[in-house]
Amino acid sequence: MQQTLAQKILQMHTDEIVREPGQIVECRLSGVLANDITGPLAIKSFRAMGAKRVFDKNKIFLVMDHYTPQKDIASANQVIVSRKFAAEMGITHYYEGGCAGVEHALLPELGLVKPCDLVIGADSHTCTYGGIGAFSTGLGSTDIACGMALGKLWFKVPQTIRVVIRGVMPQWVRGKDLILRLIGEIGVDGALYKALEFVGPALKEIDVEARLCMSNMAIEAGAKCGLFPADELTLDYCRSHGVPAPQQISGDDTSEAERVVTMDITDMEPVVACPHLPENTRPVSELKDKKIDQVVIGSCTNGRISDMRDAARVLRGRKVAKGVRCIIIPATPGVWRQAMNEGLFEIFAESGCVVSAPTCGPCLGGYMGVLGDGERCISTSNRNFRGRMGSLESELYLSSPCVAAASAVTGSIADPGVL
Amino acid sequence: MPFNGKVHKVGAHIDTDAIIPARFLVTTDTKKLGEACMEGLEPGWVRRVKEGDIIVAGRNFGCGSSREHAPLSIIGAGIRAVVAHSFARIFYRNAFNMGLMLLEIGDQVNKINDGDVLEIFPGEGKIINSTTGDEIIVPPLSPMMQTLIDKGGMVNYVREQLRSN
Repeated sequence: MQQTLAQKILQMHTDEIVREPGQIVECRLSGVLANDITGPLAIKSFRAMGAKRVFDKNKIFLVMDHYTPQKDIASANQVIVSRKFAAEMGITHYYEGGCAGVEHALLPELGLVKPCDLVIGADSHTCTYGGIGAFSTGLGSTDIACGMALGKLWFKVPQTIRVVIRGVMPQWVRGKDLILRLIGEIGVDGALYKALEFVGPALKEIDVEARLCMSNMAIEAGAKCGLFPADELTLDYCRSHGVPAPQQISGDDTSEAERVVTMDITDMEPVVACPHLPENTRPVSELKDKKIDQVVIGSCTNGRISDMRDAARVLRGRKVAKGVRCIIIPATPGVWRQAMNEGLFEIFAESGCVVSAPTCGPCLGGYMGVLGDGERCISTSNRNFRGRMGSLESELYLSSPCVAAASAVTGSIADPGVL
Repeated sequence: MPFNGKVHKVGAHIDTDAIIPARFLVTTDTKKLGEACMEGLEPGWVRRVKEGDIIVAGRNFGCGSSREHAPLSIIGAGIRAVVAHSFARIFYRNAFNMGLMLLEIGDQVNKINDGDVLEIFPGEGKIINSTTGDEIIVPPLSPMMQTLIDKGGMVNYVREQLRSN
């Protein structure tokens, strides 16, 4: 029987036969993730359920990333809850302080997720690991508590939307532009309850970090997961991040898709999502001269080393416009150190940027760059809901690091190709 | 058990940052979260709500983050049911896990106005609009979801399972 990538991976984790979309199957979990915001709720549910121990202390990942280094007393108290729980349960993968990074950048970097895995996380952007061919999806804290206790959970087999990508990647187009364009085309509920499966001849041009960025935003189209096949590029990436023997996997070409969306990327220009939904996309050229107050380059979407290099390429030898704050946040300690060793911090400092420690911080309006009334920001993060980065009266635009860095230089939304 | 209450109508794509902005996520207390319910939509929104009221929404209610604080804040505000054109996937699962009843009714959401009084029979897939007299029929709630509502959420459900094992 021809199977989609989602069906194939679910099948590897259950003894039931995966037949068709809509079917409910109980699956064994490869990993269960929670962070400093969602962890305490999961722990509260875990205890209320009467559970005494976690199913596997090596398969629980607790990453203190949203508000750490702890921004205030309440968030510090939340971290204490997770820290005590990790110690009590003997959890191996607890990350805080100098070991912590933005969770969805950290886990693939440390080789903790790999192709064919089935991972759940109490964070909606858990779908990121689809970029390396893992079925991963975000759930609420109580489902996570259930997963931590039992090591298994029920899943509805999703329908699949196949996204065929053709053509040649233009010089200033990145994975972020492709996923924004797709969300613009199908809408923020275009893939509700469904899996996105990316295929096509252009995949060989899309490196693994770009794939992680694209899968990361599958949720912004309502999708359950966004899956790339695990090909040679994936295996190279995984091996270099300490995964011993990663497996190749892809969906069958003629498996049933609910819908096929084809994107030719050859003549694309960079894409920007306008307030207040990720589906409000426009080509960057239509937005030029839109004045900005702040730029954020980072997050689980675009805080990896390739993003830092993109930002540096644009900022090298240029200055951040007067009156603009440009905040750069390497997503993990690994990215931070790499960027430092490559001399990127020198470029950022010379341009007048703020370089922060790894954190989710401003992406969700937490800290480290919150917007005031009437302020406008362009950010490489994933969500531009009203008030997401601060004031309800602020405006948030989403773009790639190339466009964000170019905008920092001109002080208004700009195409890096015409700087 | 039917749900009875006054309608507070909201629009489409009401996201979790509208339901409970991130700055309020420094607690897991249902009542405290309830005090900030919909603060990202309109400051002070929650003051209009009385115990047992109902939210009626457009498409894709609850999109965005996986924060369970969102259904908790709705429960904390005293709301017992949300009726919408459609729901975002994670929010749907979270709401039932927390014991909040959701019913998806598609375009029939247009038959309900702000301030109407509804009587909802989820097991039968029936809503009676007591204000207009309209009757709305949809597929009934699935047995698993009905069970979660009857038990008051996933925690109680799993606890019973663990006890009986």
